[in-house]
Amino acid sequence: MAEIFKDIIIGQYIPGKSPLHRLNPVVKIIFAVAYIAVLFLIDKPIPYFIFTLYTLTLVIISGINIKIILKGIRPMLWIFIFTAVLNVFMTPGETIWSVPVFSWSLKITKEGVYAGAMITVRLLYLITGTSLLTLTTSPLQLTDGIEKLLSPLKKIKVPASEIAMMMTIAIRFIPTLAEETDKIMKAQTARGADFQSGNIIKRAKAMVPLLVPLFISAFRRADELATAMEARCYVSGAKRTRMKETRFTFLDIRALIIFSVACAALIAAQHWIYL
Amino acid sequence: MIETQNLSFAYHSDDEDAATAEKVLKDINLKIEKGSFTAILGSNGSGKSTLAKHFNAILLPTLGKVYVKGMDTASAENIFSIRSSAGMVFQNPDNQMVAAIVEDEVAFAPENLGVEPEEIRRRVDECLEAVNMTDYASSTPSKLSGGQKQRVAIAAVLAMNPEILILDEPTAMLDPKGRSEVIKTIEKLNKENGITVVLITHYMDEAARADRVIVIDDGLVSLDGTPHEVFCNVEKLKAIGLDVPQVTLLAYELQKRGIEINKSVLTVEECFAELLRVSGGMGK
Repeated sequence: MAEIFKDIIIGQYIPGKSPLHRLNPVVKIIFAVAYIAVLFLIDKPIPYFIFTLYTLTLVIISGINIKIILKGIRPMLWIFIFTAVLNVFMTPGETIWSVPVFSWSLKITKEGVYAGAMITVRLLYLITGTSLLTLTTSPLQLTDGIEKLLSPLKKIKVPASEIAMMMTIAIRFIPTLAEETDKIMKAQTARGADFQSGNIIKRAKAMVPLLVPLFISAFRRADELATAMEARCYVSGAKRTRMKETRFTFLDIRALIIFSVACAALIAAQHWIYL
Repeated sequence: MIETQNLSFAYHSDDEDAATAEKVLKDINLKIEKGSFTAILGSNGSGKSTLAKHFNAILLPTLGKVYVKGMDTASAENIFSIRSSAGMVFQNPDNQMVAAIVEDEVAFAPENLGVEPEEIRRRVDECLEAVNMTDYASSTPSKLSGGQKQRVAIAAVLAMNPEILILDEPTAMLDPKGRSEVIKTIEKLNKENGITVVLITHYMDEAARADRVIVIDDGLVSLDGTPHEVFCNVEKLKAIGLDVPQVTLLAYELQKRGIEINKSVLTVEECFAELLRVSGGMGK
């Protein structure tokens, strides 16, 4: 696969047999949403500490090497630093340190340090949580889960199955298009194109001759794929069956209960504990 | 199995008159027998792929009729039974795969047809077995070789239980190893499973393995017969822009120089036997 995609772990699936892998995708998606909601609800040290314990437990249960998750966080490092610095200097409050810069003074506030730390922790866990979802759920299961969750909306004419099909195809074509991008880049480099040097505007301009052939070929592929799908009797909106049906198991019920209790405990801690 | 009656076809936009648009296919009458292995040959732009797309109702005739198993392709209610009994495999393996896992790809067609999950599972296993790809059931297509991808594409079509398999230049993008894998698979399906095969190709050696070769040139059937009968017409094939197998060419050239050799040879073995016969006593 192309170099440019090697560090992105969102959307990558690592097969396994852990309870997290075996969970119904619908349940897992609900968990992920609840996880994020709770993460943004809490803002005190003790709830954060409990939340950290939860996250670590989930990582351990998943059986996924923590290094893989850390590798996924690495490309986001600059966003972390940027948001943290911005929060540290821009939050008004009790000044603990200040440097005069010309007529203006650069201040670090107590509230700023706290806000900076909080936003960093939130982003960190946000990525960890969503990565855990995609790392333990195959793309097909994931789209299946989304389809199931959207299916009540079919009544108001939301094309749930079509959305799921689009996602499946998009995921299927990521490696194909990545390979193609790599090929076009190499072909253009061979003819003297330069993607590496120059300022950001220059580099962005160098991307234009890359994107044009990529888009043209993507449209051609889409056309051929549509014909091949029609040849195999696909009709959008028609009722389809599934080879791999996802069922609710006892594991899902247990997981739901444990997860609900854990969330409730955390919200209670946030509400009643001062720190 | 498949029958065309005065089939003509023109790619035309709605406001353009069908009668004046240039025809890609002109008045084609063909009958393809059950259980046969037919190769359709033609140079680029001859109309061979357009013809193939009529066999499973992807394209509908501008004039004339196409019948698959007696069903008219032009009537909308037949479309699913036609498409599931005449399965089609395309040229580019990457552009005909929907799913990110091999077995899900094979399950796609029966899922569309509303087959029960247990039955889909059974068909998927059976079809992967038939193309010898069982070991790769849970891998991703992007990690397979071209020949393997194309075999998965064949399995994906077989999952509809078709009686006819139409292959539109399935080996054009493959390396020699992949080509031979795919051709062997097709021959096996034809001989052992009795599936009627229509192979569109521009490779002579592939066409030589069929029971019947139809040569299409400029939208017309130019030659039709067994490989031996068709490849005799060396001059005509060359005029169309097609090559003939090398041994056939050798026999043709020898005959031109006055040697009485049977020029309908297709394989090296046949040619060798003929050369031995002609050289007679002096060969030893």
